[in-house]
Amino acid sequence: MYAAPNIVLPIIQDIHKVDVYESHGGYKAYRKALTMTPDQVTDEVKRSGLRGRGGACFPTGLKWSFMPKGNEKPKYLAINGDESEPGSFKDRQIFEQNPHQLIEGILIAGYAMGISKAFIYIRGEYHKWVECMQTAVDEAYAKGFLGDRMKQTFGSDYALDIVVHKGAGAYICGEETSLMNSLEGDRAYPRFKPPFPANKGLWGMPTTINNVETIATVPAILAMGAEAYAAIGAPGHSGTILYGVSGHVVKPGVYELPTGTLLTDIIHNVCGGVPGGKKVKAVIPGGSSMPPLRGDELEGIRMDEESLKKIGTHIGTAGIMVMDEDTDIVAVTLRIARFYHHESCGQCTPCREGCGWMEKVLHRLHHGEATSSDIDLLYNVASNIEGNTICALGDAAAWPVKGFIEKFRDEFEARCIPSRSVVSLNVVHGRRNTASTLVKTMQ
Amino acid sequence: MSTTFTSDELQSITALKAKYPDPKAAIMPVMWMAQKKWGWLSEDVMQEVARVMDLPYAHVLGVASFYTMYFKKPMGKHHVQVCTNVSCMLRGGEALYAHAKQRLGIGHNQATPDGKFSLEEVECMGACGGAPMIAINETFHENATKEQLDALIDSY
Ligand SMILES: Cc1cc2nc3c(=O)[nH]c(=O)nc-3n(C[C@H](O)[C@H](O)[C@H](O)COP(=O)(O)O)c2cc1C
Ligand code: SF4
Ligand code: FES
Repeated sequence: MYAAPNIVLPIIQDIHKVDVYESHGGYKAYRKALTMTPDQVTDEVKRSGLRGRGGACFPTGLKWSFMPKGNEKPKYLAINGDESEPGSFKDRQIFEQNPHQLIEGILIAGYAMGISKAFIYIRGEYHKWVECMQTAVDEAYAKGFLGDRMKQTFGSDYALDIVVHKGAGAYICGEETSLMNSLEGDRAYPRFKPPFPANKGLWGMPTTINNVETIATVPAILAMGAEAYAAIGAPGHSGTILYGVSGHVVKPGVYELPTGTLLTDIIHNVCGGVPGGKKVKAVIPGGSSMPPLRGDELEGIRMDEESLKKIGTHIGTAGIMVMDEDTDIVAVTLRIARFYHHESCGQCTPCREGCGWMEKVLHRLHHGEATSSDIDLLYNVASNIEGNTICALGDAAAWPVKGFIEKFRDEFEARCIPSRSVVSLNVVHGRRNTASTLVKTMQ
Repeated sequence: MSTTFTSDELQSITALKAKYPDPKAAIMPVMWMAQKKWGWLSEDVMQEVARVMDLPYAHVLGVASFYTMYFKKPMGKHHVQVCTNVSCMLRGGEALYAHAKQRLGIGHNQATPDGKFSLEEVECMGACGGAPMIAINETFHENATKEQLDALIDSY
């Protein structure tokens, strides 16, 4: 079943059905895991080089090893299917096309960490995909692959239950500690870290949070072995990734390819290039919070975390947004800022106020009511959010704004009023005073 | 219409609570049930949720108001959602939203006087590969056009 690069989304008709999945070797990786000790399973995942697909690229095996051993306390696994970062639409493909591989991955992860209860948190807008996942979970129960009956099916004394939980429209719930509050039935405010979830997570118990794609990859690692998996893709960030390509390409969609694939290959060969043969002006490589790249710097860029980090951006969710030469960069930056302002939970002043200010200043820039010094103000506000907040939404809001200014300053300048009339001086000055006071109070 | 869950529904709620280590976690699925049944979360509905969940009303209100998908006012029978986030914006999402506003004669989070339609400008729905996208109630329509939107509206 696992022939690279189609590891997470194998091209097999009806693989979403439990019988088809099973007849193609499904649930065998879990059987193999059972012949190993839990620590050996974790070690296998460590050696595979798998890194989280939820955006932060954290090494998965290492994360699992943070979980306390022993069974005195309940431990939980939360699968993050909130998928709300603009430009990301790949986990949805797993719910629809290969949900049993996610379930099998949960069994393996659960066995490795001694967890008997897992939650799959899926964003509320994914009504249909919540159903896809629930159907698969029901099938697995009916087959005796989950719950108490799985002990008999697989001949071991390990059992696990899965609950599919539907969100209700809040981007912040994708942040792992917010997800935990949401799941517990509270307002989904992110929590301070530490304590980290591995010590004190859901209901105060040790918890691991992993992205859908991360866990759906695990059966393939067990099946093919850590070394074979580690040999796929780029060193330091091995495997395949579901690249979600959107925007100005002929064939947008989700494509599973090895890490380290050339960005230009993805855009021009896999996705058929830019409609109308236009030039690329900008690319966001990993979902809207990642700093953008200029169209004229794409040559030779490889799509893996280590390569992207070297040039000041990240792979994030691998949601690649392509913008052609006619794209209004200021309008895009404004739209992104508006999104993060809307989604800020409001707990931290720098994020709440800063996101509001960025949107306001960008709005003025967009409407030709700002001056060149407002660009610096904007950059300043963004810098003051970054690193000063409870959760990383603050960074997510700041990075694209800073990135677009750094890479496309000329486009922002072109929108500014060259010289101020007396009237607009007063207006702008009045507003700016408030803004700089704000910046000062945030410092 | 009295705002109480039926005994069958109460049974489902009991089952939902049992799925979680703490019954409070069932609040989101119960609010989904309530919204399906009553269309939106009025004060009466939230009081009922508070009652069956054995939680203070303030807590229910707090949770309901945190999420955009729990309606705090009546919405139309057909809730039209148009995404204008970046991937959709790059492929005409804003024009589609402008068209929807004009066609339905309403703005963001408003309903038509006959209660048939409501409109929402939504953030990214996770369908960026099929941009621009609209959703009507729970169904996504990807690679949407103005003509398709009109046809959908006409069909209701
Ligand atoms: C604002 C914000 C939103 C996030 N949204 C998601 C999300 O939708 N899905 C996801 O898997 N991770 C999301 N993350 C990352 C999670 O906090 C977490 O790192 C991830 O789920 C861990 O899984 P992984 O190690 O398998 O990548 C988000 C983080 C932040 C700060
Ligand atoms: S950074 Fe923003 S979203 Fe995160 S906790 Fe603070 S206010 Fe909330
Ligand atoms: S931007 Fe519209 S669905 Fe993602």
